[in-house]
Amino acid sequence: MRYLPKSESERQEMLASCGLTSLSELYNYLPAEVLLQRPLEIPAGKSEYDIVDYFKQQASQMANGYASFLGAGVYNHFRPVLCDVVVSRGEFLTSYTPYQAEISQGTLTTIFEFQTMVCQLTGMEVANASMYDGSTAVPEAAMMAIRITGRDSVLVAKTVHPEYRQVLQTYTLHQGIPVTEFGYDGETGQLDLVALEAAINEKTAAVIVQSPNFFGCLENVKQVAELVHSNGALLVVVFTEAAALGLIQPPTDADIVVGELQSFAISPSYGGPFAGIIATKEKFIRQIPGRLVGETLDANGNRAYCLTLATREQHIRREKATSNICTNQALVALMATVFMSVYGKQGLRELAEQNLAKAHYLAADLPARFKAPFFNEFVVRTGDPEALNKKLLKKKIIGGLPLGQFYPELADCMLLCATEMTKRKPMDELRKAVQA
Amino acid sequence: MIKKVRRHIVQEEPLLFEISSPGKKAYQLPDLDVPAVDAASVLGSEQVRSEIEGFPEISEVENIRHYTRLSTWNYAIDLGLYPLGSCTMKYNPRINEVVARTEGLAWAHPYQPEELSQGAMQILAILEQYLCECTGMDAITLQPAAGAHGEMTGILLIRKYLESKGNPRKKVLVPDSAHGTNPATAAMVGYDVVSVKSNDHGMIDLAALEAATDKDVAALMVTNPNTIGVFERDIVKAAAILHAKGAQMYMDGANMNALVGISRPGDFGIDVMHMNLHKTFSTPHGGGGPGAGPVAIKKHLEPFLPVPRLKRVRNSWKWDHNKPKSIGKVRAFYGNFGVLVRALAYIMAHGGPGLRNATVDALLNAQFIRKGLEPYFELPVTEPTMHEVVFSHDRQEKFGVKTGDMAKRLIDYGFHAYTTSFPMIVHGAMMMEPTETESKRELELFVDAMISIAKEVEEDPQLVIKAPHLTRTPRVDETAAARKPIVRWKPAS
Repeated sequence: MRYLPKSESERQEMLASCGLTSLSELYNYLPAEVLLQRPLEIPAGKSEYDIVDYFKQQASQMANGYASFLGAGVYNHFRPVLCDVVVSRGEFLTSYTPYQAEISQGTLTTIFEFQTMVCQLTGMEVANASMYDGSTAVPEAAMMAIRITGRDSVLVAKTVHPEYRQVLQTYTLHQGIPVTEFGYDGETGQLDLVALEAAINEKTAAVIVQSPNFFGCLENVKQVAELVHSNGALLVVVFTEAAALGLIQPPTDADIVVGELQSFAISPSYGGPFAGIIATKEKFIRQIPGRLVGETLDANGNRAYCLTLATREQHIRREKATSNICTNQALVALMATVFMSVYGKQGLRELAEQNLAKAHYLAADLPARFKAPFFNEFVVRTGDPEALNKKLLKKKIIGGLPLGQFYPELADCMLLCATEMTKRKPMDELRKAVQA
Repeated sequence: MIKKVRRHIVQEEPLLFEISSPGKKAYQLPDLDVPAVDAASVLGSEQVRSEIEGFPEISEVENIRHYTRLSTWNYAIDLGLYPLGSCTMKYNPRINEVVARTEGLAWAHPYQPEELSQGAMQILAILEQYLCECTGMDAITLQPAAGAHGEMTGILLIRKYLESKGNPRKKVLVPDSAHGTNPATAAMVGYDVVSVKSNDHGMIDLAALEAATDKDVAALMVTNPNTIGVFERDIVKAAAILHAKGAQMYMDGANMNALVGISRPGDFGIDVMHMNLHKTFSTPHGGGGPGAGPVAIKKHLEPFLPVPRLKRVRNSWKWDHNKPKSIGKVRAFYGNFGVLVRALAYIMAHGGPGLRNATVDALLNAQFIRKGLEPYFELPVTEPTMHEVVFSHDRQEKFGVKTGDMAKRLIDYGFHAYTTSFPMIVHGAMMMEPTETESKRELELFVDAMISIAKEVEEDPQLVIKAPHLTRTPRVDETAAARKPIVRWKPAS
């Protein structure tokens, strides 16, 4: 087998040097009742050719050659070639978590750069080495706020990604953390400040909002922050579309920012792997979950990096850890890091401006459901969105996300997204189809 | 004597921010085919940010040199053996990277219509089937993003199941040899953690287990083979003890590389287990992720699995969201699909009989290391070794040298360090797992290196204590890093 680097004679020599005569002696001492007495029922090993062919076959049953207007937490952005070039280097791809700082300075340095750029983007002071994804970063932020405030309940806006809210419910259910959702303004599509004011109280540890929110609308974060802080709670701001941060005001009034970097060179890949972020104020650094890279000196007095503040983590603290989280998404975060350094300060802004232009071209004369300003996603009233999407599929267009599954009151609406990759022709076709 | 490596020139490289200069570019956007819009007028000027302060501006050439230079500061599987115990650092076949990037798969949106997602769904279905076959379990969720995430999912399943029986119970038993994620997970799911002592052989102490298992116990979280690399001979009896009290058996599948094709957790009493696809099934570790931590279960737990579930309806796949007893979602969408694709490609390359051969080679390699090093290092547990072996620094400690020092010295010999100070039940643990993808030559070099270090400890302990000496970066001051954390770059003021 091509992944096993031993000849039969080498195997025999090794066995002999172990004082064994057959390979079965390596395991046949296990109790008979636990030994599997038959081969695994998985077809015999296949060649590279067969494997490539199999996955091509599967891929041919996917949406090849379709234009798509789906966003809703996963976005089609161009992936600069350099991103794959860098993450394909074996020294990054096949290295372990950088616990041994002396032989991991490559990974450690890129994570330090990642943490820095996440801070610059979000307007926060510290960021960790990345989270599983945006959805799982949300409950981690909620638990962090609870540790900081000593309060026990959480409020979350209904305009936060529905799947993120579902994940929050799963995580918090058994930790005695009541999670209450509050609604949105049916006219603007922004969170309902009055509902928030009515729901917030002295037990509220965190208020979780998203901007741009699930409907694509920008929230008035400053105003929300004032209300939240005047009640002694922490504000958690979520984002799913990182490209927006090239243009819109960073949520500097937040106490914790969490989000998803999928937009930064991470292919949609049917929903993962992605890379989440969590960033916060310096004063909360010891409550942040997951891995953190810090700067220090080596024995020669040169700048060096290492994993730090490990006393927060499960392998030291066990059941008293800030989280059970162990893995970060180092390689995926590295893709995002390369993306950020390729686009840089100017490029990220130009990219965001193109997204803004495309989405506003698409939205121009469509029946908008909400009035608030939007970045590259928006909700339109389409009548029966499923029927419209069926029609569009015939033109090789995947339409928007029908919202009825998450918001029954918006059953006649769909969420549309345009990015720098969306071409004018399918946009014109979609506009025509919606207006028909 | 150091045989595997010699020194060569290493490129130095500043941080991105330090090579940045205004106006440098590594990108060009396509021409805009729609009218440009003025951000301030459509968003309101208060919503538009000023420039991203400090963000880098770098050319393409500088970009590629930057990351290439940094990459040379890393050790990696592509350079050699990683003897880290319980980490299963094996070769990462490159075809897995190729197939994960297949156009229709890599660009698939999780919300695209099911009729245009059948290929991806078929991949998930086949992987579910193969992983169930490997583990002897009845059903599986591929949603968890990593091992610890899988643990949380598994304990949530147990909690929901016990709740459905009327009482979620209060405690989770965790052996003192367990990974730190186990107790952290149990606490996150609202359970009190009760540590159970191992016996002198590093195994589950049945008497202690029996005494600890009462009607308040929800589950035992067991790792098998355990973190000493020893198969829990009494695992079936342990399961019987838990089951007799209505509790569940959870298995941490971190060490599954010792079992594939030889023994199946579903056949020795396990109710729930997670796997680490980035260990057993070769998906790249990537410097700390991404992983995938599928959770396999026995039939009675199926109604509680995360939504959505794959469902076959009239010759095509559907996502079934209608599972009223489900624990809900543990992650958005369907899991780390790209990692799952890689794992399936790996399983296909080996096939059923091949997976078993790989396991046997992993056992042989661990055995070879044990035999080679036994004369030089203390072996506190002498039970048969499976995929990893744990020595103690007892003999070297007399010379003032500890496990961590020897691990650092090993770096000078051209290897990654082994795992130090874990499991905690072994004094000065030196934990080594070679995996099956190491050649005889690489293993001989490793054994040689360790023997040479053992001699150095006796002849010149300071040489070992001050190691590494040959790396680009000597020991770093981790204490200083934690005392005054600097976790982001700032311009010199």
